[in-house]
Amino acid sequence: MKILTANRLTDGEAVWFSTDHRWIESIEGSEIAADKAAEERLEAIGKAALDNNQVVDVNLIDIQLVDGEIRPLRLREQIRAAGPSNRTDLGKQARPEVSRAA
Amino acid sequence: MYRYDEFDHDFVKARTAEFADQVERRLAGEITEEQFRPLRLMNGVYLQLHAYMLRVAIPYGTLNSRQLRMLGHIARKYDKGYGHFTTRQNIQYNWPALSDIPAILADLASVEMHAIQTSGNCIRNVTADHFAGAAADEVADPRPYAEILRQWSTVHPEFSYLPRKFKIAVTGAERDRAAIQVHDIGLHLKKNAAGELGFAVYVGGGQGRTPIVAKKIRDFLPEEHLLSYTTAILRVYNLHGRRDNKYKARIKILVHETGVEELSRQVEAEWQELKDGELKLPEADVQAITAYFAPPAFVARPEGDEAVKQARLDSRGFSEWLAQNVTTHKHPDYAAVTISLKGIGEAPGDASDSQMEAVADIAEKYAFDELRVSHEQNLILPHVARADLKAVYDALVEIDLATANSGLISDIIACPGLDYCALANARAIPVAQEISRRFASLERQRDIGELKLKISGCINACGHHHVGHIGILGVEKKGTELYQVTLGGSADENTSIGEIVGRGFGPEEITDAIETVVETYLKVRLDRSEKFIDTYRRLGAAPFKEALYGSEAKAA
Ligand code: SF4
Repeated sequence: MKILTANRLTDGEAVWFSTDHRWIESIEGSEIAADKAAEERLEAIGKAALDNNQVVDVNLIDIQLVDGEIRPLRLREQIRAAGPSNRTDLGKQARPEVSRAA
Repeated sequence: MYRYDEFDHDFVKARTAEFADQVERRLAGEITEEQFRPLRLMNGVYLQLHAYMLRVAIPYGTLNSRQLRMLGHIARKYDKGYGHFTTRQNIQYNWPALSDIPAILADLASVEMHAIQTSGNCIRNVTADHFAGAAADEVADPRPYAEILRQWSTVHPEFSYLPRKFKIAVTGAERDRAAIQVHDIGLHLKKNAAGELGFAVYVGGGQGRTPIVAKKIRDFLPEEHLLSYTTAILRVYNLHGRRDNKYKARIKILVHETGVEELSRQVEAEWQELKDGELKLPEADVQAITAYFAPPAFVARPEGDEAVKQARLDSRGFSEWLAQNVTTHKHPDYAAVTISLKGIGEAPGDASDSQMEAVADIAEKYAFDELRVSHEQNLILPHVARADLKAVYDALVEIDLATANSGLISDIIACPGLDYCALANARAIPVAQEISRRFASLERQRDIGELKLKISGCINACGHHHVGHIGILGVEKKGTELYQVTLGGSADENTSIGEIVGRGFGPEEITDAIETVVETYLKVRLDRSEKFIDTYRRLGAAPFKEALYGSEAKAA
């Protein structure tokens, strides 16, 4: 399973592509691609968003569902979704209204 | 210190305006990311995991209070209230919005600072001994030469697109505190028998994927040839350095593949063409730059001895701090103070906005307005009257920056690692924090004595792990973090590259492993005067391997 992530152009904020087709600041609510066709669709969306200068550094990342919540496989992406592990007062984890992923 | 002249001001202003325009066009969608990326990198703007990152140059680590105050102001206004001082003597902001960066650069320009050439395949910020100008053991202040190199290398048209980045470090003392032998060029300022100044020139050192100790290609280069000789080296590198493979593009690989004799021959041949030309430094120019770095007017403060003696009796904390964080100065009534940015359990090199402002105030009041950033990620007050040491200590206690651990095991170098860095494989900061907490007892740390522990979150080695007495390298193995331990590295005048001791350790094991190494050292050292690195050099890795891996080590 994969989801689409990037950083917003204007401020670099980590964002994910959501089920309601917006770039959101929380990994929860990301659109999940479960097959090749869905991945390709997400990839095309990412490319378009890069081309029209909404986001940069677009990537499809591997995830799994843990108790129904999205969890990236790589630690790198877990940290992107939460914030620096040594500063729990910063990043998404510090804004529970934005993210429950932490 | 150096002050911008009209040319410098105009240049930085023009660059700031130019980049502001580029940012505006990028935000308006007029230029693509592909087009913009090299432009932003030339101005120190990276994209990391959570946000953009801005790396600001601090030339040879020298700052005045106005500048540090501005760094604090930027942290508060545009970032999240802190900055990270790096092993390159620079500062990095972890959270700036791209749209704010033009304003940040304008603020920096107002205090004669910028972020130019903090990225890209050019000559980067020239680094220097953080005690330069203060150290009792230096023959001369190396910073005027670092400044000459800075001026010469700034937007140097020939050397703006080198095969790879290029780092120069300068020291003015026998005791190397600037790690010159792990730089592309290392310069050791010294005097010859006739008392003239010149440089021992080292080439081809570096860390990263292929750590190599630099080779000395000249024992004494007269100072007037600084630029002609450096140009000769860079020309040879620019011509022959490998552009086909990013991992083989640094000059260290060229030196290694060409052989040091042949490379020196090429450099000397190139230099013959240049040495009597326009790059020869006129004595008057050297003097003019040196004048900017004239030491402050030290007035005699002989009451310092008595004041220090009394304060030691009154305060154990002061006494410990004095023993660990205060260094002998060339003037007997003064001292250089290391402000540790390594509080127990803190992120190495991080300072808050208010700490930066308070340190700026202390520097203004007690240290002739001078500050340094060390490559060990601490701040330095180079000139403090011994009579004022207690007042400085008290002021540092107020802002939680009086940790008396300079040079001890908790004075850890750590790169940002996977908590911030897009290139990282593993975290570095939490590892440093846990080790620091494990060894929190100052008494224990002082018993262990000098021990340089350095941690990198990937093989790029920004955390200098290769040259740590104990080095820790984070790698990713099957999606989890694994930490390799190296022993026996050193970044001083006896530079050595640490050796991997054996299989790596998981995040929950690494602190125990480090403690095992340290306890082994305590058992096998001759006595307290034998430092960790000396014990390692005497005995090699065997006792440490045995302690870490037991019978497994014997079988291997
Ligand atoms: S060593 Fe690696 S992880 Fe650490 S700052 Fe450098 S590139 Fe990033």
